[in-house]
This record gives sequence, structure tokens and C-alpha cells, in this order.
Amino acid sequence: MLKGHRTWVFANKPAIIATAAVGGPFEANGRLADDFDLLHEDLWLGEESYEKAHRVLIEEAAFQAMEKAGLEKEKVQFFIAGDLINQMTPTNFAARTLGMPYLGVFGACSTSMEGLALSAFITNYGGADYILTGASSHNAAVEKQFRYPTEYGGQKPPTAQWTVTGAGVAIVSSKGDDGPRVTAATIGRVVDMGLADPFNMGGAMAPAAVDTIEAHLRDMQIDASYYDLIVTGDLGRIGRQVSLDLLRQHGIDIDEERYQDCGLLIYRDGQPVLSGASGAACSAVVVYGHLIKRMRRGELKRILAVATGALLSPLSFQQNETIPCIAHAVAIEYGGEA
Amino acid sequence: MANEKRKKLTPVQQEYHLFEKERETKRPIVRNCVCAFLVGGIICVIGQAISYFYMYFFDFTEQTAGNPTVATMVFLSMILTGLGVYDRIAQFAGAGSAVPVTGFGNAVISAAIEHRTEGFVLGVGSNMFKLAGSVILFGTFAAFVIALVKTIATQWGGL
Repeated sequence: MLKGHRTWVFANKPAIIATAAVGGPFEANGRLADDFDLLHEDLWLGEESYEKAHRVLIEEAAFQAMEKAGLEKEKVQFFIAGDLINQMTPTNFAARTLGMPYLGVFGACSTSMEGLALSAFITNYGGADYILTGASSHNAAVEKQFRYPTEYGGQKPPTAQWTVTGAGVAIVSSKGDDGPRVTAATIGRVVDMGLADPFNMGGAMAPAAVDTIEAHLRDMQIDASYYDLIVTGDLGRIGRQVSLDLLRQHGIDIDEERYQDCGLLIYRDGQPVLSGASGAACSAVVVYGHLIKRMRRGELKRILAVATGALLSPLSFQQNETIPCIAHAVAIEYGGEA
Repeated sequence: MANEKRKKLTPVQQEYHLFEKERETKRPIVRNCVCAFLVGGIICVIGQAISYFYMYFFDFTEQTAGNPTVATMVFLSMILTGLGVYDRIAQFAGAGSAVPVTGFGNAVISAAIEHRTEGFVLGVGSNMFKLAGSVILFGTFAAFVIALVKTIATQWGGL
């Protein structure tokens, strides 16, 4: 049901019956290492190329989630996922392995919540019993495509962020009676505030996150304090501060402790990630790995996950285009009546 | 960002620019300069030592020692790049490790390693000079222009 301008409220509250997160070596040294189902100590994952390793990440996460849910892959009706690589080959190829009806979605780093919102919408209206959704990225594959060769000695500015190697998936179901439930989703619009520095994505994406959060609260007619945690995707240190100040400027009172960023949660302080983490996997592994587990433990009742994406390409940047950004918000609640 | 570019933005965008700039972590320019000076200096000292090495132990003069020295430095930078060390040095050193010939070697070999998975011809062969190609092109062109200026000045300028 549409509420307000661009928020879907899911009357049947589709449940997230199982989640899985797979990570790489950098994530294994991070703060959330315990929340991953599978961690790899080698970026290659025993494959011949980073792109193939990227595909394996998705496959492993998908199989982990299905195993946890106790589902055969034939039972899962749809697979809705995406990544950052050209033409989304890692996800497409993983979909070939999975053999499920598949919808590829691209929202850059906002793909995780775009997929979750769509999955919840479809299951809510009886379009499917089980949907597998997720997002992934591979540090070296993404660096190769968007920036310089991995071993190239270019100094990164302090505003740069580190792309997460990993994959996070969830199985959304209309049938589950256990698990956190998706209650609402707000679809973002593309916001471009004219920033063009690809080494400062947080600053570029912050207004998109603010726009979506404001729209969500307005459409739902609720206060920011309704949520135990509002978590943004990968704004990093600068983007988080900018968005926090913007929200306050717009008269939205928000508790700093309850406004976190996935890009700052995932790594330890000592890791050389400059401004924080980024990548499509960032919000996926933190929400599906870490936050859903915290919800199951009863530490969090209501969260709003706002995945942020920078919709640029290396080509658009070279042609002096600014960076259009988007953010999608999904509200997840646990412990309430179904 | 250049002023010209900023003019194209709407007032709201310009306002946000300033808002965002205030909260941005600045590049530590002084620290970067000091690091670049130190590391760049160390690289040059190593190069000088190799140059003396060739002059003392082999039959090279100060003029001719340049070529084997450059080759050795590039070789060392390739080893460090292959071991995954050079990019870490570079994050600390910045221009200090990018400007010397070792940085050029790193640009070539890192691209070669990166595109190895796409095959030798279309991968390594066509991507190896992806970064270094423009250095070669504009370096050669600049040398040509300078040579032209010199020729004109000496031939007709009577210098």
C-alpha cells in the first residue's frame, strides 16, 4: 500500500527468515568478523580472476542462506540481486549457478535495500513465497573498474573509502512466522548536489540519504526516535557528519548514537580504510550479517536501513559529470505482532 | 573544484558545496610534502648509490651509468609492486614515490599484473601502458617541442 508520496507499507509484513554474509580477508580483521558466516583469507578465493572470486562470494552467501532456512533452491521463486561490475556479470553468473528466476537490479551501493524493498513488495502481495535478495562487491574487482590497478601507487585522499569484499543475502518470505519483518520501504530519488570527486563519495551521497530519510518520516508520519537505529549504507566518516548536520538543519532531531553508518561499523579503527567502507556489499553484510543478528538477540526492535548509492561510472567521471546519488530506505521490525 | 565549474551549479548546489567542504577532512598538505621529500630523497639516494656501484665495479662513467641505474631502479620497483609493497609505500609517500622513475615502473607493472586475467595480448599487452601511456606520449611531445625551440633559437636566433 502506498503511503504518502513514495513509501510502501507492507500490511502482511514479509519476514526475513534467513540471512547470510560472506567476507574477505580485510573483513576478517574487522570489527564484525564474528557476524560473518564465512570468511576468506585470500582475495582470489582460489579462482583465476577477481571477477570469478566475486561470483563465488554471491554463490556461497546464497547457499548459506538457503541452508539456514532449510530450503531447496527449487523452493525459492526469485533471486533479486546486483553488484557494481560492468553489466553485473558476477551476479548474472551466480544466477546461472543458482538456476532461479532472476531479476538483476542496479542501484550501485544502494542495491541491497533496493532488492529488499522489491522482494518485500512482491512477497507482500502474494507474488512469491520465498525470494532470495542481496548485494555484493569485491574490493579488487571494483578498484580495477572504477579506479586504478590494485598495486598502483597512487595516494588516496583522507576522504576516500575502502570497498568491502563480500556478499550479503536475505531470504524474504510471506510464510515465515519467525524473524525480523519488513514493514515499510521508501524509494529514493536521484539527488545530485554537484559534487564530482569520486574520492569523496560520502559527501556526494549524504544529501540523497537525508532526502530519503526525510521522505520516510514524513510519509509515515513518525519521528526519528521511532527507530532504535537509523543506519546509512556507506556514507563514511564525512558523509555521516554532513548528513547528520543536514538533518538537524532541516529540523529533524536525531540522536547521534542512534544514527550509525555501515561503512563505519564494519572495520576496526586501525585499519587503513581512510574515511570508512563502501561498496554494494557494505550495507548488505552489515545489515544481513550484523544488524539482523542483533535484532534476533533482542538488542534492536526497529531499524531503518538506508542504503546509499553513487550512480557514477569511470566514463561519466572522466567526462566531467557530477555524481548523481540515490538512497533507498527499508524499515525492519522485530518482536512485534505479525 | 575550479571556479569555472562551480559557476555551472545552481545556488542550492553551491551552498551545499560550502556546507560539505567545511566538514571534509583536509588533505594534510604539509605532512604530505614532508613525506614526499623524505621518501623521494631516499629513493634518489638509493639511485645515486647504484650509480656509484656501476661506476666503481663496472666500466661505466658518470654519463653512461644512468641507463643501468634506471633499469635497476625500475626492476626494484617492479619487485616491490609484485610483492604488493609499493602501493603501501605510495599511500605514505605520495609524490615522493610517484615522481621518480620507480613510480613509472610501478604504473606499468601494476597495470600488467591487473590485466593478466584477460590474457597476454588483449589483457597485458593492450593495458600495460594504460597509465604510463600518457606519460610517454606527452613526454615525447614535450621533448619534441623543446628541441624545436632550441633548434630555432640556435639556427636563426644566433645563440
